[in-house]
Amino acid sequence: MSSAMLELILEATLDTLYMVALSGAVSAVIGIPLGVLLYVTRPGQILAQPVAQRVLGVVTNIGRSIPFIILMVAIIPFTRFIVGSSIGTNAAIVPLIIAAIPFVARLVEGALNEISPGLIEAAQAMGATPLQIITKVLLPEAKGGIINGLTITVVTLVSYSAMAGAVGGGGLGDLGIRYGYNRFEPLIMLITVAILVVMVQGFQSLGDRLVRKADHK
Amino acid sequence: MIKLEGVSKTYGAGPTAVHALKNIDLEVPKGAIHGVIGLSGAGKSTLIRCVNLLERPTEGHVIVDGQDLTQQDSEALRQSRHQLGMIFQHFNLLASRTVFDNVALPLELMGVSKGEIRERVTPLLDLTGLTDKATQYPAQLSGGQKQRVAIARALASRPKVLLCDEATSALDPQTTASILELLQDINRKLGLTILLITHEMEVVKSICHRVGLISDGELVEEADVGDFFTAPATRLGRDFLNAFLELEPPQALVERLEETPGKHTHPVVRLAFSGANVATPLISRLARDSGVDVSILQAKVESIQGRTLGLMIAELIGTPETTSQALKQLESHNINVEVLGHVQRNA
Repeated sequence: MSSAMLELILEATLDTLYMVALSGAVSAVIGIPLGVLLYVTRPGQILAQPVAQRVLGVVTNIGRSIPFIILMVAIIPFTRFIVGSSIGTNAAIVPLIIAAIPFVARLVEGALNEISPGLIEAAQAMGATPLQIITKVLLPEAKGGIINGLTITVVTLVSYSAMAGAVGGGGLGDLGIRYGYNRFEPLIMLITVAILVVMVQGFQSLGDRLVRKADHK
Repeated sequence: MIKLEGVSKTYGAGPTAVHALKNIDLEVPKGAIHGVIGLSGAGKSTLIRCVNLLERPTEGHVIVDGQDLTQQDSEALRQSRHQLGMIFQHFNLLASRTVFDNVALPLELMGVSKGEIRERVTPLLDLTGLTDKATQYPAQLSGGQKQRVAIARALASRPKVLLCDEATSALDPQTTASILELLQDINRKLGLTILLITHEMEVVKSICHRVGLISDGELVEEADVGDFFTAPATRLGRDFLNAFLELEPPQALVERLEETPGKHTHPVVRLAFSGANVATPLISRLARDSGVDVSILQAKVESIQGRTLGLMIAELIGTPETTSQALKQLESHNINVEVLGHVQRNA
């Protein structure tokens, strides 16, 4: 294999890591509070807002039901507005974030759901404010579940990022399609897939280790 | 210290409404250990949750240490809750925090400084016997140890009242005893007022000064524990007591019991002696004085809150005149007599 080819593979790997890392980080920053909001505004919860909760839930579900490849194309004007261009790696990150936010939110909501209502009751009996309940009880108690959810998100983002080629985003998936499939170079295809497998394994075991550290159950 | 005035709690409205509590009046003086006992679904949990307003009463007032909690806004209520520690059946500890940090939680919520938290948590761990567990996580502890952590946590804000919601129901008998001992210890050392709800007579018997009996959302009976164990005023109270003492007449006799006396029947009675009566040879004296024969079917002596209590189920064998004379004689000695029924002679 030529050194130019190796360079291409390296560049694609870095592109994928960049897309996954940035979209993962941003979607966590927005998705975690959104998941908390979905949970605490439920009827009977500490900040019950049944109507707002319903609306938020529907919006979240819409976000989750649009196929990524369609989302990516559909929000091109928005992407251009945010990053100034509709093509390239940064242009691919915008739809990745949009797709991952509702995903993270639902997983966070699910993790919070696992907390015994008795803990919230105990905190209320101690005179905790709703904000204190969120920061001192809900988030620490759901930490393992949230990390687990973020791991799933990151793995999903690795596979979504493979579609970034559709907007010239580069990355391993794009390389695999262009060289491995279109130019029929099975070796390239195999290498890109192998790198993706290793990457997913790495993220998963890192996530698992963090979950174990966070959980004292 | 705690005063409930006409507290009612209704869930829902209209014909499907559930009246969980109906016009409850309850007063717990400072330093008392007050128990509320009842079957599951009677409204015990709702009652105790109404005291710190985890459940807001539909009607009535909850007054703790002179403050009407039902009139307070949410901020004032949060402050008042620092005066009300609470422990739960399932402990409700944070799995993500060590024992020390669990106990520190209420202080963190109050904004107490790190140094002061250390100063206040350490003696609490000492009091509850958890000093060597400070850095462990709840998952590493036994049920009894978890409840000790919960007790230490409940005491951290230096409350005036401790609410115990079925605090020993998930524990085995030995652990229950040690937790009850700890609660009693706290009551004495810190002068803490304790309101507890339970379905276990053992809890009431071991540590309560007064007891209320709740049934179908109503407080049907309230008495000093000694009196309650001697002479419950209600049918439900008697059922609780008899089930606890396992003092039931033999099954074969129960089948023969008739409600009304006949020409040739003997009364079967449940006698409860207390205080000095227990030591007096009343039965042999009764046999001698009234001429009835006393056939003792079951007897038991219990010690309740320092008072000795004797309980007996007996058949009084004699003529209708002599047995009614004997009953009068028993009552004149302040013995609580309950006629369970009548059995045919020679049956």
